[in-house]
Amino acid sequence: MAHFIKTLIKSGEYFDSITLMVVTKKIKELKNILDAAIVMGTLENRKILKASGLYVDEFNIAPENDLLISIKGENQKITEEALIKLDEILVDVKKRKNSSKDEFYFSIAQAKKELKEANIALISVSGKYAALEAMKALNIGMNIMLFSDNVSLAEELSLKKYAASKDLLVMGPDCGTCIIGGVPLGFANKVSSGDIGIVGASGTGTQEVTTLITNFGGGISHAIGTGGRDVGQDIGGITFLSALKLLIEDEKTKTILLVSKPPHVDVLAKIGELAKKTTKKVIACFLGAQKSQVEKYNMIYAKTLEEGAIKALEISLNRDSIFGALEIPAIKMNSKQRFLRGLFSGGTFAFETQLILGGESIKDIYSNLKVVTSTLLDDPHQSMKNTIIDLGADEFTQGRPHPMIDYTLRNERIFKEAKDPEVACLYLDLVLGFGSNKNPINEFLPTLQKVRKEIKDLIVICTVTGTDGDSQNKKEIVANLKAMDVIVPRSNAAGAFLCANILKQIGRGENE
Amino acid sequence: MNNLLKDKPRIINIGIMDFYRDLKLNQALALHVDWRPPLVNDPELKKKLFLNLDIINAANKVAITKILAARPTLIGMDSAINVIPKMEKNLILHAGPPVTWDRMCGPMKGAVLGALIYEGKAANIIESEKLIIEGKIKFAPCHEHSCVGPMAGIISPSMPVFIIENLEHKNKSFTTMNEGLGKVLRYGAYDTPVIERLRWMGDVLYPVLRDAIQSSGGIDLKSIIAQALHMGDEVHNRNRAGTSLFYRQITPFILKTSKSNQNAIDVLNFINGNDHFFLNLSMAQAKASLDAGRDVKHSSLLTVMSRNGTDFGIQLSGTGNKWFVGKALVPDALYFPGFTKADANPDIGDSAITETAGLGGFAMAASPAIVQFVGGKSEDATNFTLKMYEITESENNIYQIPYLNFRGTPTGIDVLKVVEKNILPVINTGVAHKNPGIGQVGAGVLSAPIEPFINAYQEFIKSL
Repeated sequence: MAHFIKTLIKSGEYFDSITLMVVTKKIKELKNILDAAIVMGTLENRKILKASGLYVDEFNIAPENDLLISIKGENQKITEEALIKLDEILVDVKKRKNSSKDEFYFSIAQAKKELKEANIALISVSGKYAALEAMKALNIGMNIMLFSDNVSLAEELSLKKYAASKDLLVMGPDCGTCIIGGVPLGFANKVSSGDIGIVGASGTGTQEVTTLITNFGGGISHAIGTGGRDVGQDIGGITFLSALKLLIEDEKTKTILLVSKPPHVDVLAKIGELAKKTTKKVIACFLGAQKSQVEKYNMIYAKTLEEGAIKALEISLNRDSIFGALEIPAIKMNSKQRFLRGLFSGGTFAFETQLILGGESIKDIYSNLKVVTSTLLDDPHQSMKNTIIDLGADEFTQGRPHPMIDYTLRNERIFKEAKDPEVACLYLDLVLGFGSNKNPINEFLPTLQKVRKEIKDLIVICTVTGTDGDSQNKKEIVANLKAMDVIVPRSNAAGAFLCANILKQIGRGENE
Repeated sequence: MNNLLKDKPRIINIGIMDFYRDLKLNQALALHVDWRPPLVNDPELKKKLFLNLDIINAANKVAITKILAARPTLIGMDSAINVIPKMEKNLILHAGPPVTWDRMCGPMKGAVLGALIYEGKAANIIESEKLIIEGKIKFAPCHEHSCVGPMAGIISPSMPVFIIENLEHKNKSFTTMNEGLGKVLRYGAYDTPVIERLRWMGDVLYPVLRDAIQSSGGIDLKSIIAQALHMGDEVHNRNRAGTSLFYRQITPFILKTSKSNQNAIDVLNFINGNDHFFLNLSMAQAKASLDAGRDVKHSSLLTVMSRNGTDFGIQLSGTGNKWFVGKALVPDALYFPGFTKADANPDIGDSAITETAGLGGFAMAASPAIVQFVGGKSEDATNFTLKMYEITESENNIYQIPYLNFRGTPTGIDVLKVVEKNILPVINTGVAHKNPGIGQVGAGVLSAPIEPFINAYQEFIKSL
């Protein structure tokens, strides 16, 4: 098809990636515009431009702080009009930014002068700059929630050591979720207030347990994130241990729930020593850990996130009654359809799903996030047999927003997997709450509608992590999903067990 | 013990703005930082910088102390050739960093041609151009001769100039008298009325003012500017108060010394009729103050920001006379009826010396009368000034902004802060037509280009 590409470099203009994502979308929605990219000129973004055929040689000389614009339309006139429209939109964005007085700060130090009692810096700038900003905030006595990823292990360690020397906490890097004193930070949900305190080395894990606790009638005192690497040998649990101590001291917290991958043995021992000393009950949901490792330190063992949430609520349910409710749907499939494809925006869901599948003796599991039960994919963009993908992994997020915010990449992948004749079942997650995409009804559900329209015989399972208090309207989303014959399990664990049962049934040849 | 869980969470958000919006939705106490990535991200340079921070901070303290202590005073007038250091008979000084004739923009070429006619070296512009092409005329930046000039900034040997002395450090600066608006030499006009006005300025205005200034014993420019800021000037794009204050101070001395009553009337009417008469003095006092802060080893403060209509150049205290240049930008200004951005010449003039000294765009919050240039709301003007505190070493000890509770203006631009925070200096400016002789077509605010700052940053750190 005939087309015309118009490009422009704007010097000295900076916009964050999410703002640019929204702006790009507006341009793409214009009539007769085929494609568009409006991005900062970082190396990663240049790769994306090249891959989509929107790169031109003029971009070579532009420094990485320049705004690169590339618009592809059906003819020259249309692209030029789109460029004018883009200018209007960008001016509008800037005006909105400048006209609101309370948003007018240029540095952490300046903001801190204004809000002297500020005690948390929520940092989500691009990874290569994040450590420096965190150091500045630590210097002026602030705790850090470091949402940014792509921060090096060495930087993490030096930040955490420095923070510890000043009795401050560095929550992160790559810390998605915190709830401090009822205030949700980053990706978090509108949860009920209560007496369960959480230390989470996993953002989605924390979202899962806090929403389940809320949905089951309980409440949260605080949820402190640590970042996934904190409990490893290198960092030695600096933040995890401090956070646990804070919760032990905290008057509002009666029960403590720990959510993490299995900590390094030395870290686990230190956690255990703290748990032994306190009179508060400590539930350890260390996904993949052995029961005995946890019980050795008088902690209560939880195998899955759901079990952790339930144990924390001191409600004992036996396994059958938890999982029995989900029946395998009777959908006709042909004999080629044999495999599961799990496409997750939450890394912990990808992790927990693999553990559960492995625990249920499912074979041939591949993933970009290797666990003991799976094999690492050579190419994360190419699925094999039963594949579980974490779309929040670094290789998918460099230079673009997290998949909980920007569904584009996953929507494309969902459709690709659905068309694969060997696929029997899709397992997806949808994480609601603050920080996440505000409008999944218009930006996520249409993909599933398209899947349903074009591919008939396919089991689709999708968890919805959130509470009725979240702004995205969970009730309506769940109703819409069910209307499309999408199964909505109440937790990721429940969904993973269902997937395992479906795969077992296929293995027995019961689907024909 | 960390009070994180005991205190109410109060958050500063840096990065994704949606996180801030969500915090506000939850009624949390939060502020948002409009963060930008640094202009240069070179770990090697950063490391070297880090190791030298103490030395640089100490040097910057020395430089800013000198700049703030300067006492620029108007002490007299004379012909350029008599007083400007290393001035020569065939030398023309111009605004901005060095530029050759072939790269000069329209308005600057026009002004040079006119100046040669004014000097009597040529009868018309054809002869003027011939002299230049034959290589008989030399060019040099005003800044390299302790001078400053608005727009084209042309100073030729026989032009009368104001002499400003920094009484504290004894250095001097020089500048021409402001011609007024309309068709004027500094915008590149060179026709007969322009040359005639210049001759009148030389024959009448100059001797009257020279005698009056001498009789006054010197006029304290710092005090005039401090008052003008309280009266709504930022002394770059608005000089109404400064001109009025100067007029008030000089009038008795003009009346006292002028030999002709008619000349006194004409001179007073000329000053009274030109709201920008004070601009050149405002610029020269900035120059005299900043030159006091020159050549402080390891200081990263700017001593010059200047444009010649082709290039934008800066100089740092710690790197002496070295220019760091980049392409001058065309301002997004408010244009007079009948003109658009397409008519505009790229940014031109030494007048950005006022911003370098903490005035002009940096003192925007003092000048609500001209906020149309920055968006129309006085809040916008305040925001411009607040932003500049982020890239300056200090707050001015004399120049204050009433609206900010008499906070000193942001003074002493630090190239390191500019690059690290990715906040570029704002400059208030008039806009010249790109063709000579048409004059001013608009006014507005623009940000300095990034290249000179990136170059200066890299060179400065390498020189440590």
